[in-house]
Amino acid sequence: MIAIFAEKCIGCRLCERACLFGGIAVSGKTPTLTDQCTGCGACVSICPKGALVADKAQPGQIHHLEAYRGIFVIVEQRSGVLQPVSCELITAARRLADIRGVPLSAVLLGNNISRHALTLVAHGADTVYIADAPFLEHYRTLPYVRILTELIASKTPEIVLLGATTIGRDLAPRLANHFRTGLTADCTDLSIDNDGTLLQTRPAFGGNIMATITTPLHRPQMATVRPGVFTAEPIRTGQGEIVHIPVTECSVDNVVEIVRIEPKQKPAVSLEQAQVIVAGGRGIGEGKYFAMLEELAHLLNGEVGASRGAVDLGWIGHEHQVGQTGKTVRPRIYIACGISGAVQHLAGMQSSDIIIAINNDPHAPIFQSAHIGLLGDVHAIVPEIIRQLRQ
Amino acid sequence: MHPLKIIVTVKQVPDTNQVKIDPVTNSLVREGVPSIINPEDRNAIEVALWFKEHVGAETTALCMGPPQAVSALEEALAMGIDKAVLLSDRAFAGSDTLVTAFTLSRAVMKIGTYDLILCGRQAIDGDTAQVGPQLAGFLGLPQITYAEEIQYDGMTLTIRRGLEDSNEWIRVKLPALVTVSAGINRPRHPSLYNIVAACDPERITRLTATDLKVPAAMLGLTASPTKVKKIFEPERHARAEMLEGEPSHMARQLIEKLRALHALDREHNPHEREVSSAFNRL
Repeated sequence: MIAIFAEKCIGCRLCERACLFGGIAVSGKTPTLTDQCTGCGACVSICPKGALVADKAQPGQIHHLEAYRGIFVIVEQRSGVLQPVSCELITAARRLADIRGVPLSAVLLGNNISRHALTLVAHGADTVYIADAPFLEHYRTLPYVRILTELIASKTPEIVLLGATTIGRDLAPRLANHFRTGLTADCTDLSIDNDGTLLQTRPAFGGNIMATITTPLHRPQMATVRPGVFTAEPIRTGQGEIVHIPVTECSVDNVVEIVRIEPKQKPAVSLEQAQVIVAGGRGIGEGKYFAMLEELAHLLNGEVGASRGAVDLGWIGHEHQVGQTGKTVRPRIYIACGISGAVQHLAGMQSSDIIIAINNDPHAPIFQSAHIGLLGDVHAIVPEIIRQLRQ
Repeated sequence: MHPLKIIVTVKQVPDTNQVKIDPVTNSLVREGVPSIINPEDRNAIEVALWFKEHVGAETTALCMGPPQAVSALEEALAMGIDKAVLLSDRAFAGSDTLVTAFTLSRAVMKIGTYDLILCGRQAIDGDTAQVGPQLAGFLGLPQITYAEEIQYDGMTLTIRRGLEDSNEWIRVKLPALVTVSAGINRPRHPSLYNIVAACDPERITRLTATDLKVPAAMLGLTASPTKVKKIFEPERHARAEMLEGEPSHMARQLIEKLRALHALDREHNPHEREVSSAFNRL
């Protein structure tokens, strides 16, 4: 198939003349493929402006599976600081690599970041690929995609994993697109079956149910995983190979330019670090009742969380959201008030040590995920807990 | 200067907050669940309308879905979008994000020239945030995701991209693809005038796989590299230990239990893991 980038067309009509089949017509500066196009690509090679591109691989093509071996974790750094999700992923990927008996590689792009290689090895990477150059200091889609696709194309890993951060979720779809392969976002569990298929589990259908997704016939198999889903464990002081990738800047890298980066003010809520979380859902009835939850959270030295339902209603800011589309937390105590317990919410809090649910619906699914359930009116129970804690 | 040509991608989604699980069959109950325009796609529509009103733009909404998804496009027109294209064909069914983006890219090429493609950050039924970047990939466009503010000087977009810990101000020349987050604006409601105008059937173009000149082997479930292997209810703990009775009684029991576990002790960190193991013995 031929892809047309009409904005690059200058209306020279060379493509019309090059085509033997009448497969392309140019009107003004807009080339259009006709029914007669055979996808032969004669127009592509003659176009002086690159307005016509032949898609090399299209969805539907089956890759040679056995040619792919090993696991890649694309490491994330911001201003030279390694992001925790990367070590979490390397720890998890180490287990997968051991099951498969294949090497695990970490890939790090940035500026003056080579010192991080040892940390990545300590978490289980056999090889660390490093591209260290000033123009890679801050993540930008196009240069990162360019360098990573070259590396992945030459090393052919069977699995590529990234953190499901604002950077990973910008980068991963472009990489998957380049290789015309499958990508599963925001996995909450990864395992591998006997024939090397990555089993990627995530909440689906708006987070109401879990789905296991595979990419059986395409490689690499790609997935993103949210921060906090896996735990980073330095497993050894072992040996690792460090490979520097030579990189040079390219003019298209600068199509997108970062003007400046402003740090956000330290968020008032840090749910990921909280030891106690008091969370509210639609069942609390009105946004104003979050004040009551805040009071309880304050007494317990904790933070306030919320379900997606409560956030969508505008009762509380998104920074409080716990769940698949919010934050993944594992506090010592999680108190769910008026939260029904959708899969999407559970995905973000089910590893909490003690889950307490307060709900007036005896059939609420949250009671099947909680350790302690209080059946009754949130508006009566929470003030009572506050009163007794004060005494 | 010609008016900007803007394409907004729109997805019709079930209002997932209203999807329920049948407690007997453990399957999704979708009957009676209303379909809506994906919320962040409404933000993208609002950005397109801002360009239309402040800079001058021809706006087209593009939607792939079953025939009834036309109602999402009618709503987009009623908000003020100029034209709409519905991609609907049985051959598109079961497309994953890659094939959806591929199919959309062919529709974009069919629509012709464009300066800016706007997408919502992600859809509430899938939450993948992949179709926008994948569409940019198929079209060879630069992309800016998670846009929270957009400025335009006649040639260049300056965009505030919201990361977890920082904001990036990014400059990009058109053409480009931008995905916008919910906080970027407050989408308007359809106006009565536009609702009447939206009823004009000529404003919605319907395209099938044949119109896109893409063989069936490159579409839908067949072409999608990802497959759903199984769908299941997550494992739940055994049922919670239920406390019942008067609120004051429940509150007392709860606090006693937490005290017994030392879960309320402030200086707790050294024994952190003991809490859960102690709990398991309960």
